[in-house]
Formats: sequence, structure tokens, C-alpha cells
Amino acid sequence: MKTVVYDGSYEGLLTAVFEIYEYRFNEAVIQKKDQVTTLLFGDIHEVVSNPEKSERVIKRLKEKISKNSLKQIFTTYLSEEKNIENSLLRYIQYVMRSKDPVDNDYSNPDVLVVQQMSRKVHREKHRMEAFIRFQLTKDQIYYAIIQPDYNVLPLISKHFEERYADQQWLIYDVARKYGYFYNKENVEEVQVNFSEGVNDAGNKHMIFDEKEELYQKLWQQYFSSVNIAARKNMKLHIQHMPKRYWKYLMEKKVT
Amino acid sequence: MSDRITEKLAILADAAKYDVSCASSGSDRKNSNKGLGNTGNGICHAYTEDGRCVSLLKILLTNFCIFDCAYCVSRKSNDIKRAAFTIQEVIDLTINFYRRNYIEGLFLSSGIFKNADYTMERLVLVAKKLRTEHKFNGYIHLKTIPGASDELMMEAGKWADRLSINVEMPTEKSLALLAPDKKREDMIRPIQFIKQAIIENREEKKLFRSTPRFAPAGQSTQMVIGATPETDLEILFLANGFYKKMNMRRVYYSGYVPISNDNRLPAIGTPVPMIRENRLYQADWLMRFYKFEVSELVDRQNPLLDMDIDPKLAWALRNPDLFPADINTMDYRLLIRVPGIGIRSANKIIAARKFSHLGWDNLKKIGIAVNRAKYFIHDGKNFENKIWQPAQVKQLVLSGSVSKYKPNFSPQLKMF
Repeated sequence: MKTVVYDGSYEGLLTAVFEIYEYRFNEAVIQKKDQVTTLLFGDIHEVVSNPEKSERVIKRLKEKISKNSLKQIFTTYLSEEKNIENSLLRYIQYVMRSKDPVDNDYSNPDVLVVQQMSRKVHREKHRMEAFIRFQLTKDQIYYAIIQPDYNVLPLISKHFEERYADQQWLIYDVARKYGYFYNKENVEEVQVNFSEGVNDAGNKHMIFDEKEELYQKLWQQYFSSVNIAARKNMKLHIQHMPKRYWKYLMEKKVT
Repeated sequence: MSDRITEKLAILADAAKYDVSCASSGSDRKNSNKGLGNTGNGICHAYTEDGRCVSLLKILLTNFCIFDCAYCVSRKSNDIKRAAFTIQEVIDLTINFYRRNYIEGLFLSSGIFKNADYTMERLVLVAKKLRTEHKFNGYIHLKTIPGASDELMMEAGKWADRLSINVEMPTEKSLALLAPDKKREDMIRPIQFIKQAIIENREEKKLFRSTPRFAPAGQSTQMVIGATPETDLEILFLANGFYKKMNMRRVYYSGYVPISNDNRLPAIGTPVPMIRENRLYQADWLMRFYKFEVSELVDRQNPLLDMDIDPKLAWALRNPDLFPADINTMDYRLLIRVPGIGIRSANKIIAARKFSHLGWDNLKKIGIAVNRAKYFIHDGKNFENKIWQPAQVKQLVLSGSVSKYKPNFSPQLKMF
């Protein structure tokens, strides 16, 4: 049993897949570098991310599966779930050894896992597109903090770029400590060092545009006014807006 | 100033909330002018505590109204606070909410002040300014005021994504009883007019691609249910007519929320007929996506939908001769009619069974509701030869599930 170790990047993962073929490892598992437990597996092969090798895997996959299924491999990877690399590896191996396209064969457990996991990630992407709340800063940047279950930032930036083409925005993933900044021309990845107390109530007037508070208040007012008390159904409410998202939703902050 | 606008928003959002449409889909406006916003499949940005989607800023321009419709909070004779937005206020709210990713766009309606044209003109002006002065490409849904001129309607369709006129009541008789100022004709005529305008626009667009689109997200309508004694048969046949003859995109059913002591209406405190509303939406879905004919769901013998089971299960129980069927060979049209199997699972089953024989394990993993579906399908192999009686199945399905609507189970509201 070979343990193939990669750096955590998508390119690295595909390089690992490539090298499993290249070196003809019969039984291999893939692990992220920082998750390796050397005690369990003695035989380690470490890969260095290689754009050519990963590109060649993608090229082969394109011949075998639909564009959509190829995208599903990427979204499944973004789930960062433990051991998802190996579901992906088995999925790719199944695809490669089959003569006909098998990306719709849901009776195969790995095909099903990839399909279902990519849907989960996709749902999280959709939730972020819905639940991101921008706040306007004094220097006219619309800024939002997120903490998604999966690493969906790479999936959502296109949506925000298209929609908010005429405003500067910054979306920051506090859990993964990186963000995207859009400067009305293009999107770039950024790291931000938040100074202490950025979110303290006292500092708000220093950071935010003078109208920001008004519009948050108006939104809260709107949110409570559209509710029909006679139809209250908290179970449904929470099912649609799970509590873990509430801390970034101004309409759920005041109760 | 900020207090006044907050108060106005409270009043005019409160008055608009009984319009249940929140759809922001069906249009595909691109942000090609490097302006603000676009439209696509629609996003629900929040959900109210009653579990409804909030995707649009849904407000009235004003709740002053010259009409006196019994079921409406804004009726002339109702003693409530009145307010009116200026056109600029509506625009500022829309743009600022939109930029903060609170909403997909605007749903603007209004009480009728002065006359229909005067009101409609102002609604159209809001949409026009948003599109032209603010390069706003988000979603705009305008309510058309019954009796407004054809010219204004054409203008509205030019700027809005969707137009709607509520028929309010399922029958002319109920409308005459509760809304003596409104005439059925005033609603049906503009619905026909818009349908025609959309068709003509589509034809024109085939010839000249540059033709601006007319109401690309089509039109919708709404009726209040449970305020008057109509049966589900009458309601669903009317809805079916709208879908088939008027190319309506959506018909909304709004369970009547008691808001008045008027003795023509259910008294305050009567529960909102939520379960019935839910069953109507389920039936509506079956007609639009599952290829059911309306007559398969309700007929003269069964004019009311079952309250304790959904219409798909009810249909399956009425047609025991079609089941159980083999999941590996059954026709797609029957497959989507199996209780517990939705469109998505059906597609997966069709795709997967090309590769291998499907058994119960596969079905469970694919995600169908086996507990429900098991009475109607088999896998061709371990074929249990048990023939279920419909009444038995109903009992078994019911005992395995708990309805959140239990306290609301009554086939139709007691009227008075």
C-alpha cells in the first residue's frame, strides 16, 4: 500500500492521480500533507504539484466524461471532506478503465459519492450567494465576511463579479483566511490582517459609510414587516436559514 | 428623516405582504452595460419566520386606495395608517438593498389613488428610472392596475421582467360579493392583452434580434383561497385555464389571513388554511412539472383534494391497477408519478439503469423516499407478491409520517 501525499491544491491532487498511473502503484491512497499519519502507513510517495501532469489528467477526463462531470470533480474536491481524495481517485480510475462514459452510473458507489458531494458543495455555494451581506465602508468598498462549510469562494466570485460590476467588493472567508477583492476591473485573491476590534460597535462609525447603519435598520424593519405572524413556522424558517449562518445576517441579529 | 422612511417602509411592506409571489426567476437580463445587477434563476436571500422566501423588495407605492375590497387590508373603509413613498425613495431603497445583496430586485404594487392610469403611470416611472438612470438590471415585477390603459401596459412590459394582475377570487360571483368596485372583465382583459403582447414581441424578436424584450419573465396571477366557498375543482380548473390558455407562468394561491370583522368573511382568529394552500400548490406542481392533467387530480366525484395525503399519493391510490411496476423497465412518465420519486431521482434512475440492474439498495442511495415508494414499485427480482389494498397503504404511509399541519386538518373552512 502506497500513501501518496500532496500539498492540498487541486493541481496537486491531479498530479497525485497522474503519478499513481505513472509509477503504476497498484494500491494507493492519497492524503493531504498536513493530515498524514505516518504511523499507519510506512510507504510514502510525495508529489510536487505539476501543471503539466494535472493538465494531462484533465485532458484525458475530457475525453471520457461530460463537462459537467468534470466540474463535479472540482466541486467535490472543494468539499475538503476527509478522504474525499480517495473517492475521487477511485472515481477517476473507474472512468479511465471503462470504455464507455460511466459518469452517470449511479449504481457505482464512487460515482454516487461524487455526484452527491458536489451537490452539497453546490448548495453551500448557492447559500453563500444568498446569505452574503455587504456592508459599505467609508472608502466605498462593499465588504462581507463568510465562514462557509466548504471552500466555495472560488465558485462564487464569478456570480458577484457579474452582478456587482460597478462597485468595489471584498468577500473574506475567515475560516480559511483568504478573500477575493474586486476593483471594478478584475478579481484578485487577498489576505487581510484584521486589526483588533474591527467589529466592535464603538468603531462602526469610523469604518462604515454614514448611510450604512440606516440601510441595515431599514432592512431589519423590512424583514420583520413582511412576516405574517398568523402563519408562523419556525421549523421551516430554520430549515431554510440554518442557525450557523445567523451571525453574519443583520436581519437575524436583532431579536 | 430616517424615522419617517422607516415608518413608511413598515406600513408599505406590511400592506404588500399578502401578495405571495416572490419569484425572481425566468428572466435572463445580463449586466452587459457594466451597470448594476442581473437576473437568472432567482435567489431567496432570506426567509421570514413563517418560512416564506424573501427575494424581492416587495412594497406598495402607497396604501391609499379608492377601492373597498373586503379581503384587502388597504381597503378604503379600513381604519389604518396610510403612507406613500416618493418615486425617488423607492429607487434609493431598491438600489441600496440590492448593492448589499439583500434582494434580487423590486416587486412594486400600489393602492389605487385618483384613478388607474395615474397610479400605473407612477409604477412605470419607477421601473423606467431604475433601468435608464441607474442602469439597473435586477429583477422588476410590476403589478398592473386593473383598468390602466394599453399604452401604459406596453410601457410597463418594456421595463419590467414580470407583470401580474391578481384575479383575486376564483369565481366572478365571489368577486362581486367581496370586491364590488372591481370587475372580472377588468382583470381578464389585461391578462389577455399582456399574453398577446408577449407573443407579438417574441415574433418580432425572431425578425429583428435587437427588439427589446417585453416582460421576459411573463405574467403571473394570484387568488385568495378559503375566503369564499369555492371547491378545489373550481380553483384548479381556473388555474389550468390560465396555464394553458393565457401562457401564465405562475398561479399563486393565497390562503386567506383573517384581517377583518366583515361578516362576508371568515372571522378574525380563524386559522389560515395552510394545509389546503399547500395541497393546491402540490397539485399545481403536478400539473406543471409532472404532466398530470387537472382532471386526474380533481373531478366531479372528488371536487376536494385530500387533506391528509398529498395529491400524488391520492392519485396513485385511486389507480391501483398501474402498480406495483418494475423500476428497471417502467416508462418515465409513470416513474415520475410514483409517490416518493421526484423528477431528479427519476432522471437518475433512468440514467443508472442503463448500466446495471437496480435493486432496493441502489434506490435508497439514489435518494428516493423508499418508505413511500415501496408500495408502488418492485425491482423485478425479489418480487414480494403482496398486493396492497389502497386503504391499507394510506394507513401505512400516514402512520409513518407526522404532519406539521395536524391542528389545521379540516377539509374546508367552516365559513361562518
